[in-house]
Amino acid sequence: MRTVFEYTKGMRDTEMTYCPGCTHGIAHRLIMEVLGEKNVLGSTIGVSPVGCSIVAHRFMNVDMLESPHGRAPAVASGIKRVHPDNFVFTYQGDGDLASIGTAEIVHAAHRGEKFCTFFVNNAIYGMTGGQMAPTTLIGQKSTTCVDGRTKEQAGMPVKMSELIATIDGAVFVERVALNSPGNVRKAKKAIEKAFDVQEKKLGFAFVELLSSCPTNWGLPPVDALGWIKENLIPYYPVKQFRCPQEVSL
Amino acid sequence: MKEKKLMKGNEAFALAAIRSGCRFYFGYPITPQNEIPEYMSRELPKIGGSFIQAESELAAINMAYGAAASGGRVFISSSSPGIALMQESISILASVQLPVVILNVMRGGPGIGSIQPAQGDYNQVTRGGGNGDYHVIVYAPNSIQEAMDMIAKAYDVADEYRNPVMIAADGMLGQMMEPVDLPEDKGGIKAGDITKVKPWALTGHKDMRDRIAMNSVWLKQDQLEDYINSYWPKYEKAEQELAEYETRSLQAAEVVFVSFGSTSRITLEAMRLLEREGIKAGLIRPKTLWPFPFHAFDEISAKTKQIISVELSKGQMMQDVKLAVSGRWPVGLISRVGGMLLDPLEIVLKTKEILEVR
Repeated sequence: MRTVFEYTKGMRDTEMTYCPGCTHGIAHRLIMEVLGEKNVLGSTIGVSPVGCSIVAHRFMNVDMLESPHGRAPAVASGIKRVHPDNFVFTYQGDGDLASIGTAEIVHAAHRGEKFCTFFVNNAIYGMTGGQMAPTTLIGQKSTTCVDGRTKEQAGMPVKMSELIATIDGAVFVERVALNSPGNVRKAKKAIEKAFDVQEKKLGFAFVELLSSCPTNWGLPPVDALGWIKENLIPYYPVKQFRCPQEVSL
Repeated sequence: MKEKKLMKGNEAFALAAIRSGCRFYFGYPITPQNEIPEYMSRELPKIGGSFIQAESELAAINMAYGAAASGGRVFISSSSPGIALMQESISILASVQLPVVILNVMRGGPGIGSIQPAQGDYNQVTRGGGNGDYHVIVYAPNSIQEAMDMIAKAYDVADEYRNPVMIAADGMLGQMMEPVDLPEDKGGIKAGDITKVKPWALTGHKDMRDRIAMNSVWLKQDQLEDYINSYWPKYEKAEQELAEYETRSLQAAEVVFVSFGSTSRITLEAMRLLEREGIKAGLIRPKTLWPFPFHAFDEISAKTKQIISVELSKGQMMQDVKLAVSGRWPVGLISRVGGMLLDPLEIVLKTKEILEVR
């Protein structure tokens, strides 16, 4: 009998506590699947952030360190100095990476740190109950902008991939979306390339994953996936911004 | 034969860290400790170590967090406001139980303050500084030599207790030069030996063991309480075993000074001047600020009439002195703040004032 589908070795056999319809589960699985297929789960060290995925270490079957809010790229820089040949990644949400941790992500990219960052952008603070994120869209409602975000009050939503792509040390930058099977497959390809960049020690690799938050968006899970397509992708284009020749095939 | 050298404090501290096996230093410029990152940037790459000039003190302490969790021997240095920025992560280092040696070359505060020597970080370094129930073990050297010896010791204590250890020096010790005996070079830990020496460290599970997850978040409060209670005995042990102090001339002393760090050396000079005037003075010098050497005060004789805390802060240490004294003697304060230093003559005059009023 041929096995056509099996449990990912990179995910631990434990209850997943994310909300129904949340795409953290897909993002976790894709990263762990890629590491499993590369057969490097045993030499990987992950850094989880503050936010919903603060509990990522419960699910990911690799050594993990939990970072203070926003500092994951600094923590990963320290890990990579001690273990330059291990695979190291940070997994960060939009509040963590695009608000409190902007200095750390910008400077890690600038140094050309040889680890990967997976940036889960769902345009809202999930863990704390739906406050406005730096990535919240104009007009999008949150508990700190109940009539919708305005440019006058909060400025335009931050485009992190575009910002990171201006930095020389960030050699691989791609934005993907987790809203459809086709886009999920493309996301996996981007994650593979990010780890290839790390394996070849080419520089910093950054993958932004447009994600859903049905609970705090106030939408049923399927509608939330539609909302990604109709609202997030038009403002945050799904696109490869930078890719070194060595991994472009 | 021991190697002797005339060295500037900050460079000597950095050398002591390297000779204690430190191979990872992360720092951000702040006066009066800048010679340390400068020294580390020159010396660490020569011996296979790593130096990063971090984008901030926040980043520096978190690089240290990552490196310490990975089993590296780490050194961090900063000065008062920089240490304040690091406190969140010092609390996390204590919570996750990681060994990091942190040097604070103290300067005047509060706020951005001044860049001259001060001891106004006493509360910051002994009362946690960060949130929650934990302690940082704090050594307070009064010479460059003693600072070097304490740095070497701090690495062993940090590893034994799996806790951050701080050296509370000050701008005077950092900026002056003294002849020192160089400590023995212990060499670094080889990358391949980390799993043997520090089996708890993150190295990747190599499919040989379960994955290690280090976290300081506990979403269930009863589990967090159990966790705090599980590590708390090490602090009780530290209180029993780690307190260090030096005493001078306690037996016939009419007045006993309590003073630490560079200020204690100025206090010693004041004691000599007082003796010429027929006033016998003794000294208790805490060499650890946490745990505070409470039992040193049991050595004070019945002849003593007055205790005086001599410090470069507004009586921050005096609070611990009063706890130690427990009402047995009156406690006075002689202090300067803001980066101003005490003069031996000033200590003499103020001591006489305190004794007369009494």
